[in-house]
Order: sequence, then structure tokens, then C-alpha cells
Amino acid sequence: MSEARAALGPQSRPALPRFVKLRHDRARGIWVLLAPERVLVPDETAVEVLKLCDGATTLDEIAAALARRYDAPRAAILTDIAAMLDDLAAKGFLRDMSEAS
Amino acid sequence: MDGDTMGGLSPAATARFGIPVAVLAEITHRCPLQCPYCSNPVEMERAQAELSTEDWLRVLGELADLGVLQVHFSGGEPLVRRDLERLVARAAEVGLYTNLITSAVTLTRERLAALAEAGLDHVQISFQSSEEGLGNRIGGYRKGHAKKLEAATWVRDLDLPLTVNAVMHRQNLHQLPEIIEMAVALDAARLEVANVQYYGWALRNRAALMPTLAQIETASAVVEAARARLGPRLVIDYVEPDYYAARPKKCMGGWGRQFFNISPSGKVLPCHAAETITALDFDSVRDRPLAWIWEHSHALNLYRGTDWMPEPCRGCAHKEEDYGGCRCQAFALTGEAGATDPACALSPRHEEIFAAALRDSATGSDRFTYRNFAGGTLEPVTEPADDAG
Repeated sequence: MSEARAALGPQSRPALPRFVKLRHDRARGIWVLLAPERVLVPDETAVEVLKLCDGATTLDEIAAALARRYDAPRAAILTDIAAMLDDLAAKGFLRDMSEAS
Repeated sequence: MDGDTMGGLSPAATARFGIPVAVLAEITHRCPLQCPYCSNPVEMERAQAELSTEDWLRVLGELADLGVLQVHFSGGEPLVRRDLERLVARAAEVGLYTNLITSAVTLTRERLAALAEAGLDHVQISFQSSEEGLGNRIGGYRKGHAKKLEAATWVRDLDLPLTVNAVMHRQNLHQLPEIIEMAVALDAARLEVANVQYYGWALRNRAALMPTLAQIETASAVVEAARARLGPRLVIDYVEPDYYAARPKKCMGGWGRQFFNISPSGKVLPCHAAETITALDFDSVRDRPLAWIWEHSHALNLYRGTDWMPEPCRGCAHKEEDYGGCRCQAFALTGEAGATDPACALSPRHEEIFAAALRDSATGSDRFTYRNFAGGTLEPVTEPADDAG
């Protein structure tokens, strides 16, 4: 899709594009990420991160929220979730809304 | 009819063959194009046999209850049905991810905007070629190629993700590099490079479509190089032709395991080609709840799992990898749907059937039999315009 995407940083505002949907799948009792011809099954942590990706909250703020919730070091969480979200962004399944302005 | 009131599957059924992930809703067989490899059955269902809007609205709810996650609105040409917007809205309402699989030649910008408004998530447009001469000849539709290019730009203008679907065969495989470039230029997120599968219309046209081994080797190399060059910018899904493989394909991920197809009249099929197996009777959503059909349909249960298999499949170490290949292909080529797919090198019929098929690639005429409700029409003979192909 778009060219030369920059890696996500602390000030990125990640969001799922309209055509990527995070849904709770009642029949299987799991969360799924639905994309064109793809069904991804994010793990528990990824689901918590994705729920916070609203396009307004920065990656840094998401890391802070998770650090409080899990009583874990914020820097390590930031590194982990940036890598996970970068992977989704590379597939075109996540956008950085801070780049839009 | 246990489990009906729940709208879902019994726990035993869920454990045995799982919950279907995606469904192909072939809402009509009507189509302005006449592609000679169409996956619809040779005996197509006419407009008056099609499910009503109310039927489809109910069925879409049943799909969601069953645990289906994605619905592909297909055909024929799904845009032929004027109620498509209502069906998409209903699918979105019940939480199904919605894909439109279209030729796009009758699409308008206004209609696409209305579909997006209704909740459409993704658009897949078929291309017959990278250029209009061959493209319009294959589709049997004048100006089709130009319309497709225009429609693809509307899809991206509306920020809908685009998949380019290219069905490949002897007469267009040489264009694969240009088709990949076209997909990039159209800002597609995905390209499906699907080699023709030979049943129904395509089997009738096999002599005109069967590629040569050299073409397939080149195509595989072109896809590999493009993937390396483009990375995630364009995801290329490549369906290799099993005529040239030693192992059969794991057709549909196994019969009645993850997918099913609903025909225009409401028949529930394990795949879009299953009606070519003339010995089978399929249950209809007109007569039964979907959950009942998925669990109890005789046709779906017939080739589920591995218990039905004859030798050499029964004792084969690969039987859970490929589930014995494709039942439609086994029926088309051996007359027995329960036979080992002759695409498998272990099939006793492999040499005899495949050697004959591959001769088609060298000696077959390029003349098509076009798909239509009249049972097919032979391409008119014209003076050869050029030999550049």
C-alpha cells in the first residue's frame, strides 16, 4: 500500500483502519482480527493493546496504561508493543494517525 | 433437529469438524461476462430460482450465529442483484466481515459509495488480462477491461482495500509481470494469482487453457521475484496448478471443514464446484436451518475427515495434509468422487490422465467455448489479427 512507512514511535497514534475489525467471536470464545481474506487470532496481550488503539492515544500513553495495569516496566512494554504493532502496520492492518496531520 | 433453537452447533459437531470460518454467498449466476473458465456449474441456476431478499437476510443471521466470520458476496456477478446493498448492511449488522467479489464492469461510483456506506469491508475485482485486447476477448465483453481499471480507482478513492484477482492460463500467463505491475499501480493490497482449476466450464475449455510446464516454471519464478521485491506492499497469493504438482491440493482445507458455499437457489455446497459431482444431493437453506445442514447434511458428511478414503489414501502418511485432494477433480477425471485425486502421483490413474491433459497444452486450439445460460457458445472464428501473444 503506502510507500516508505516510518516505524512506530512513542508519539505515534495507532488505529485500526476501517476495514480491519477487532471482534469477540462468541462461537469460539476468542478475539479475532478480521482483514481482507484473513482471520488473525491475537493473543491476550495484543487484544488489550488493540483495544486502546483509537487513533487519539499515543503509543507512550498506551504503554503507560498497560504498565499501571500489569505493574510492569513501561519502557519494556513500549518496546514490545511497538514491535507487535509495527508488524501489523507492515501488513497494512494498522495506521499511525499522527502521520495524517 | 437438536441445536436448532440455539442457532449454533452441538459441542460434538464442533469437536468433530469445527466451525466454518468463511462462506461464499453466490447470490446469482447471472453475469455480463462469459469467461470460459467460470467456476459456476455448466447447468446454471436462473433468476427465478434465486433466493429472495428475505431468505438472504435470514441466512446471513444464521451464518453469524453459526460462528462464520467472513462472507464473500459473489456470483455470477453479485452487482446484478439490486438488493446487494441490503444484504451487505445486514451482514455488517450481524458482525460478518464483508467481501465483494466482482467483475466490476457494471459498477458505478455511486453504487460503490452506497455499498461502502452499507458496511462493505473489502473489494476484489477480477482481471482477465493486463491489457484490453485479450482481457475483453477472454471475458467476452467489450470495454470490460477499461471499466475494471476505472472501478479499481473508485475502490481506493473510498479507502476500501482492493484485491486484484487474476485467473491464469496458457493464453495470459506471459502477462504475469504486467499483471503484477498493474496491481501495484492500482494500489491493491493483495493480488491473487490463481491458475485455472479444471472442472465445469474450464474442463470443457481445457485444451484452450492448459499451460505448458515452461510457462508454470516461469510464473513461479516471477511470483518469487515480485514477492522479494515488493515485500508487504503487495501480498501475492499464488495458487499453483496441481496438474504440474506431485501432491494434490488440500482442497478447501478439507471437505466440509472450514468453508461452504451457498448457491443462488440456496443449496449448501462444500465448495463452489461441488455441483459438478452429479451424484450428490445438497440440502437447501429453504428447507433446513444452516446449523442443521452444516452438522447433518449427507453430502457434507460423505467426504469429511479420513474415514471415507480408499487406498492409497487410507494408508498414506499425507492423508491429514491434503485430505486426498479435490473431490470435484476426482469425479471429473475418474467418474468417482471418492477416488484418490489423480493430481496425486500416488494415484493409479495419475500417469494416464495427466499425460493426456498435458498434451493439451502443446496441441490444443486457443478457441474458447464461452460460458452462458445456453450451455456454451463457441468463440467465433476471426482472421488472425496478430501473433504477438
